[in-house]
Amino acid sequence: MTTTIIRTTTKILAPLILVFGSYIILHGHLTPGGGFQGGAVFASGLALLIVANNKEKVKELFDKVPLSQLESLGALGFLGIGALGLMGYTFLKNVIANSDFLFGAPTPKGINPGYLNTGGTLSYLNIFVGTKVLAGLTSIVLIFFLILRRERDEW
Amino acid sequence: MNFENFFWILQILIAIALIGSSIAAIRFKNLIAAVIAMAVFSLALSVEFYVLQAPDVAIAEAGVGAGLTTAMYLLAIKNTTDEEVIE
Repeated sequence: MTTTIIRTTTKILAPLILVFGSYIILHGHLTPGGGFQGGAVFASGLALLIVANNKEKVKELFDKVPLSQLESLGALGFLGIGALGLMGYTFLKNVIANSDFLFGAPTPKGINPGYLNTGGTLSYLNIFVGTKVLAGLTSIVLIFFLILRRERDEW
Repeated sequence: MNFENFFWILQILIAIALIGSSIAAIRFKNLIAAVIAMAVFSLALSVEFYVLQAPDVAIAEAGVGAGLTTAMYLLAIKNTTDEEVIE
């Protein structure tokens, strides 16, 4: 399972996959993809890291990562950002756009290449959905890995 | 070769890949080979989604179908017996 080929490939590929997943999440309002797709890509990178390491290392690494709390934080953050629109408007109203807050710069009119610092509420929703999806999918793969029987280690 | 011909040739190639990989996934006796055939099926399906101009669905299909479910199937197969039992 932890052969030299898999370890070397993971060392090269896993950072690229994690950066690409973060890119898809952060550029969710500009390019194809969004919270769910980026979270799935990020979780597949973490699954690669989980599968390529041995059980003790994975256990001591993921003891420090609060996956369940991250998943709850994603759902609560989505609801909180949605409830932010209730200040005078309706649920999920885009109150952050054009407010010069983070992700709140005004969008220029006409054809433009797309600026990252726009989008308002959508960027925050993408980030929270991405957090929830990556925590949930990673915890599924982690549980599948941690309940493995140990007597047959060869693949 | 104009774009129309290229589009139809690509469609036919993807259809052949989908049917071939799904038949392989059913008929392989080695379960790990069958799971890899399913991953190839998901990859060809995501290429088809991309050709049909749905890059959102293509990214979701490639990430979940070819990446995560393959890892989960492999872990589940490693947790159980390896070969198919023929009664």
